[in-house]
Formats: sequence, structure tokens, C-alpha cells
Amino acid sequence: MLKRTNYLTHVYSLADGWTLPVYERESQGYQAARQVLTTMSPADVINEAKKANLRGRGGAGFPMGVKWSFMRPHPTKPSYLVINADEGEPGTHKDRTLMERNPHAVIEGCMIGCYAIGAHVAYIYVRDELHLSKARLWQAIREAKAKGYLGQTPFGKSYPLDVVVHTGAGAYICGEETSLLNSLEGRRGEPRLKPPFPAQSGAFGCPTTVNNLETIAAVPTAFRLGCEEFSKLSALHHLNDGGVRLFGVNGHVNRPGIYECAVGVTLRELIEDLGGGVSGGKKLYAVIPGGSSTPVLRAEELVHAPDPSSPLHAWHGKSVLDVPLGVDTFRGIGTMLGTCCATVMAEGTDPVAAFHNLMQFYRHESCGQCTPCREGSGWLLRVAEKLADGTCTLDELNQLHSIANNIMGNTICAFGEGTAMPALGFLKKFRKEFEARVRGESPAYRGNLTVSPMS
Amino acid sequence: MSFELTPERDRELNEIIARYPAPHDKMAACIPALHLCQDQNGWISDDVIVFVANRLNLSAAHVKGVVTFYTLFNQKPVGKHQVWVCRTLPCALRGAGDVLEHCEKRLGIKAGETTADGKITLRTAECLASCGTAPMMQVDKNYYENLTLEQVDAIVDRLRND
Repeated sequence: MLKRTNYLTHVYSLADGWTLPVYERESQGYQAARQVLTTMSPADVINEAKKANLRGRGGAGFPMGVKWSFMRPHPTKPSYLVINADEGEPGTHKDRTLMERNPHAVIEGCMIGCYAIGAHVAYIYVRDELHLSKARLWQAIREAKAKGYLGQTPFGKSYPLDVVVHTGAGAYICGEETSLLNSLEGRRGEPRLKPPFPAQSGAFGCPTTVNNLETIAAVPTAFRLGCEEFSKLSALHHLNDGGVRLFGVNGHVNRPGIYECAVGVTLRELIEDLGGGVSGGKKLYAVIPGGSSTPVLRAEELVHAPDPSSPLHAWHGKSVLDVPLGVDTFRGIGTMLGTCCATVMAEGTDPVAAFHNLMQFYRHESCGQCTPCREGSGWLLRVAEKLADGTCTLDELNQLHSIANNIMGNTICAFGEGTAMPALGFLKKFRKEFEARVRGESPAYRGNLTVSPMS
Repeated sequence: MSFELTPERDRELNEIIARYPAPHDKMAACIPALHLCQDQNGWISDDVIVFVANRLNLSAAHVKGVVTFYTLFNQKPVGKHQVWVCRTLPCALRGAGDVLEHCEKRLGIKAGETTADGKITLRTAECLASCGTAPMMQVDKNYYENLTLEQVDAIVDRLRND
């Protein structure tokens, strides 16, 4: 169900929308933080936050309130809130818009989050390339400090709060939370073994909660509306998938971009109504629903959920494009919601070239710590290259399955799955097309992927 | 030749160190410190590594390990301007291939190379979170989005004449 909202994006279109006066005037800025800090206990905040059914917007979809509740104060160590703004999953372009155009929502969210988990400092880890995002966040921090919202006694309460922007240096893997923590500490961004989980030992060895940037930016809205009311905006409230979120659409559509809606938008609505339809009036071929690691869907796929107890039963026999985008609904159709930014491919797109493009990404970004991922991502790419060039044998094509399956579950972090899942997804959905290339029935190609060339 | 930060940048480094809790503050400042050095020097030479290690009480091996992990630290000299063309799927679907080929022809170099006059280093980038405004390229610290080939020409010409 398509329900446009503008809680987070109202200020996007306003002059100086990223500044404090506009945020306060237009979005009741810092009222939620004021109310939380002056009238609620941290335990109340966490209980209220749970009612928002705010599923982590970074891709895993873990309920934010539950994550906050894992934090236990340590007798001697401080606690930290760390915000993941290392946005880099191919197809994902939502967090950047918040940092650039509504940074105060991020800062206010950090204040509420810190208070809830007993932290006094939030570190926002921003990938280095996003220079405008960093500048806008720093400006927002300075403005909030000048007003006394950040500082020793926010809203007269003796609860010191500070927010710091930290920069990465170009590594997709630093979006993995423990890798991010290593990077924050000034180390190589290699993921850590879990346990211990960040809530026990995170940043600087202290209890830490890591939240995605969009997740934390939605917190002031949730508290302003009342967390239960916020959750009920969603068409998937009954599946504990609440509120509003940013929907992205990119690739072969007429109006790529970021659109804020209540949770429950379908892929068809995202592509047709928000994205303005497939480019060049072409038919839809395939869509990657939420960042390149989420397995690809073909346009003609149908939902198979004959079991009446399945949350997807209502859509049994219908197109996958008509299933509301939700954490559990998309897991149910064999892919993932991920970051909720869809990459659209029109009819005529070469699936081999698209597969090859993605395998280059994973090869480049594997941190190299675990052998299955380091060697496997390179191996996947070598086979993808041969496939694109038309020199791959059927044996090698079949090998892709075992290479991907030997990465899956055999690495320290989820990057392994992130590499193997899209590889297996493409293999499963485009097996015929891949075999045709092996047999020489389609021409060797690793070139352009546009609907029509730019020149 | 040894390396030192300018007094202004060195003051900035002190401010950065103060953002992190002791005794972890100096190591946490490692990546920001390397960015400051690279802004000044253009790349991370061995002298820069020794400077950062001494300044932050870290081993040179630690700093070198950090430098070699992250894509954005230049381990050899680069051009005055750095151009990255995002090549990943969402951009590729909207013309990144055309943009890159156009840049290569116009500059007479391949991705990964620097023009003979030392002005421009051309590289490909992995997803820069600009998928909704693709195709795009990053020039130094600025994003150029929704590119047409005419805009690419104008940007490249401006860099060449700078």
C-alpha cells in the first residue's frame, strides 16, 4: 500500500532545511529529545522504543528497541552509541540524503539513543567520500551545542551529551559493525569474532550499541508521534515492522531517487508510482530489492505460500512485485529487504554482465581476513569474467555453486553471505541465460548496461 | 626528507585526538591524522607513516597496516586532481561505462593512470551512495551527479586548465 509521508523528508525541499532554525520550526525539532530527557527514565525510553517496531534500516532488520535493551551498564566503563553511516552497499543511497538534508534528525536521534542506553557520547562513522554529509553533521552539532542541546546540561538535565563525526577511508567492509568499531579505534577495518557482541564489548572495549543512521534519524519522529502510533503507520504493523522509512529506487527507472513512505509499499508501487516506470517504456526484467547483497528477483516470479499460517499466504500465487516490502515478507520470498533501495533492470539487460559487475565489487571489497571469502570472491570473479567473455565451461559454471556455498557460513562476518547470496541468486534465477552463454548461444559481452547508450 | 604537519593542521590534530577517550585517543586519531597528512602531502609516503607513528605513539607497522587496508590512502604520488568514476551496478545501468570510456578517451589515459602533466589521476570507484543520481563521479572532495557527457567534458576541461 502506497502511503507517502514526510516526517523525515519535509525539510529536504526547504531553503536551508539542514539548519537548526528550520528544523525547529518545521519539524518540532528537539521537542522529542526534550520530552525524553526531562520526563522519562532510560528504562521507559527503551520500553517505549520497542513499541515503535523500528526494524534496523541498515539491512539486517533487527528491532532497534530490543537492541537497545541488550545494553547493561558496566561498573567502571562508559557506554557508547555508534552510528553506522558507512553507506556503501551498491544500490543504497538513503543515509546520505538524511545527513545532507536533515542532519538535525540524526543528532536528535543520537541524544535520545544515548540517554536510553546510558551513553554520553555518540560517534557517527561516516565514509570519507561523503564530505558534504560530514560538513552538514558537524554544522548541526555546532548549532546544537550553541543552543545547549548538546553539552553538560541538555534541557536543564544533568546528563552530558556529545556527538562526534568520525571518518573512514574507503572500505565497504567497515559497514560491518565490528569492522566499523576497529576502524573507529584506528585499526585495520577487519571484522571481529562474535561473541563478545558490541553490547558487551564494543568501541574501546566498552558496552556499545551500533545503529544505522536512518534508524536513529527516525527515532525523534517515533517519539514525537508516540512509538505505537508511529508503528501503526505501517501496513505491516501486525508483523512488528513499523513506521515510515526511506524507499530508494535506482537503475532503469524514469525517476530514480529516495521517497519516504509508510512501511508496506510494494515493489510495483516503488517502480511504477514512485520511480515513474521502467526507462524507455521497456518491460521490467529483474529487480534487486534492497542492495546488491539481496538475491535478485525476476519480474515474472510468483509467491509460493500455500500454508495458511505463512505470513505470505495472502499473496500466494500473486506476483512478488505485489508483496509489501518488509523484513519478514521479503525473507519469505527468498530474498531480503536489505536497505530497501531497489535496483531495477529493464528487459534487454545482460544478466551475465550485471553478475560480472557485482562480482567485481565483492572481489574488490573482501577484506581478506578469512580464506573462504578472500579466495572465493576472487574465484567467483574469475568465473564471472570467463562467463562474460564466453570462455566458461559448463563444469566451471556448476563450480560457482560450490564456491559460493563454501564461502557461506565459513567466514567471521556476514560479508561472506553478502557475496555468496547474490551469486547464488543470479545463478538460480538466470541459469538458462548463463547456460546459453556457455553454449555460445549468446554473444560474449561485458560492456554497457544502459537501456540506451549515452552517446 | 622528514614530514611534518603545518602548525594549523597540527592544532587540528590535537582537537581530533581530544574527541576520543584516553588511553585510546591517539590510536583512534590514526585515520583522521592520515587524512590530514594526505591533504597536505598528496600521498602517504614512508616519512608520513613515521611522522604519524611518532606523533600518535603507534608503531610504524601499525600505521602502515592501516594505510594499506584503506582504498583512499594513496600509497604513491597521484595527480593534482583525483577523478573517481563510480562503476558499480546502479551507476553502470545508467551510463557509468560511457562516462568512464569518455574520460579515458578525453584524457588519453586508462583508469588507474595519471596524465603526463601530473594534473589528473583517473580511477574507478565502488558504489559511492549516489545510485539515485547516477551516473556520477567524484572530483577531489566534490560529487558530480546525474552526469551527461557534456558535463563530463566541462569538468575535465576545467581540471586540465587548472
